[in-house]
Amino acid sequence: MATTTLTRSTPASGSRQVIRQPRKKLTVGKIAAVTVAAFIAVLWLIPFAWATVTAFKSEADASASKVSWFPPSGFTFDAFVNVFQAGNIPLWTWNSLYTSAAITAITLVISALIAYALSRIEFKGKKVLMVVIIAAIIVPPPVLMIPLFYQMLAFKMIDTSWAIILPQVIHPAMVFVLKKFFDQIPHELEEAAVMDGASRLRIFVQIILPLSRPILAAVAIFVFIGAWNNFLWPFISTNDDSLLTLPVGLQTIKSAYGVQYAQNMASALLAALPLIVVFLFFQRQIIKGVATTGLAGT
Amino acid sequence: MSSSTLSRQTSQPRTTRSPGIKAGLSLRRSRDTLNGWAFAAPFLIFFLVFLIWPILYGFYMSLTGKSLTGANDTLIGFSNYAEAFADAGMWRSLGNTLYFTVISTVPLVLIALVMAALLNIGLPAQWLWRLSYFAPFLLASTVVSLFFVWMYNPQLGLINDFLSKFGIAKVGWLNDPNVAMWSIVIATLWWTVGFNFLLYLAAMQNIPVQHYEAASLDGAGAWRQFFSITMPQLTPTTVMIVLLQILASLKVFDQIYQMTGGGPGGSTRPVVQYIFETGFTGYRLGYSAAISYIFFGLIVLVSALQFVITRRRSV
Repeated sequence: MATTTLTRSTPASGSRQVIRQPRKKLTVGKIAAVTVAAFIAVLWLIPFAWATVTAFKSEADASASKVSWFPPSGFTFDAFVNVFQAGNIPLWTWNSLYTSAAITAITLVISALIAYALSRIEFKGKKVLMVVIIAAIIVPPPVLMIPLFYQMLAFKMIDTSWAIILPQVIHPAMVFVLKKFFDQIPHELEEAAVMDGASRLRIFVQIILPLSRPILAAVAIFVFIGAWNNFLWPFISTNDDSLLTLPVGLQTIKSAYGVQYAQNMASALLAALPLIVVFLFFQRQIIKGVATTGLAGT
Repeated sequence: MSSSTLSRQTSQPRTTRSPGIKAGLSLRRSRDTLNGWAFAAPFLIFFLVFLIWPILYGFYMSLTGKSLTGANDTLIGFSNYAEAFADAGMWRSLGNTLYFTVISTVPLVLIALVMAALLNIGLPAQWLWRLSYFAPFLLASTVVSLFFVWMYNPQLGLINDFLSKFGIAKVGWLNDPNVAMWSIVIATLWWTVGFNFLLYLAAMQNIPVQHYEAASLDGAGAWRQFFSITMPQLTPTTVMIVLLQILASLKVFDQIYQMTGGGPGGSTRPVVQYIFETGFTGYRLGYSAAISYIFFGLIVLVSALQFVITRRRSV
């Protein structure tokens, strides 16, 4: 490539042009790109901004027929205070937190174990197992809701946290994401341990897992976000007010205080806050997580 | 286990290589089968109880007249399926689902591509753009629905107020049967496009810089580079995103249920809601399971198409 540059730009003036041209184009292009990107970003931020402004309005201002970014009677914390006094938001946040954490923990443990077996151990029936799990990737959860509900009734788990947690721990796609990662770990690393007669479990825990932190984090984040935001299954499997997760609880608020706009927006923002904060802290890992698990998922 | 090692050693006395290694290998092989299944077991238990069993049991239910109020396990053959195929409500909800899938997939892929292409140029403050495009994906469907129901409000909503400044008459975003599905698509686009955007961005950043350097030396401009280098390199990603998006859109339920409840007049009711309602509001679990299986068939069909397409690509 260097040679083509040289031959092309033998005249001194030409060489300058070659260097300048792309720069010039880039700056014009960049201004256009920034403009369009900024326009989209503003569009994407408006719902957040509008919800925030509404949440700090009095109910009277929020339901005034004249739409305003600056409420006539000023900003107030009333909506947030009311949400905390009347609602169960802290309890529901806690429910969401521990069910999502439990789902993530169980998913990680059982998926990593089987992924290790599929990646590193030669055993009878492995191929059949792989095919069955790959096939399971396409099963859409809504198809299972009727039989799962009936099954949970039979197990007497309806209206317990178990009903929310247990059916959400199977992620066949994540098993393959982990397996692919394990496949890439050099075998030499565990050979010494094998010579020493270390057990498979010991190799898995002491060699494979520590090397797999990035992918474990990616899978954990992916599963956690999914569990935190899941609506359909927790909605079906729990009616007990004290067990509701945040998304399901918000739905009941919406029906109960249908016309209280400021309060609705305050609850929505409070519900959104935890994951937004988590995102700000773990931005890089989350993006990597989506990129790797999303890409490797197929 | 030690006895089997011994018998193997004695049965092969002529091997010049250390018999211990061979015996060790076969020992390891049988131990590995045990190990393999032991490692797989925890997952498999959940897998069998919460996935395989519901699939089988759901199919069995679809062949019965089971209802939520009184157990009726008697097999009635495929009559639930026959009824479903003659059920205008099911066809309408399937039609709504397909309509949503078609009109949502196009913008969800195209706008994600535009977003990623813009950022790939190398704008300053990458994190800010990424945050604003991706943050909605972190929200629960309920939060998204609350936001948009509020903005779509015909009288007090931000959107109609904005449009009125241009003299545009009030739109019944969620009340007008001709508009409601599009309103859902807009909310869905805002909510989930960030995921596709990140997949595109990751794929773009994996394209070697040398390709662009070579092209710019040959005098190719930004547009030319995008269509001659970026797009072709992105083909596998595009195929994957389109198919993932179709499968995701077919499962739509949350935001529709929360924003319109399937209305107005059933114009947005997706098939998942129809399954939910026949089962839990109509108490007809058997019939509901039958519709689940028809829907499942559709998903399998789409996945099979995906398999064929990706296979053809990789060969």
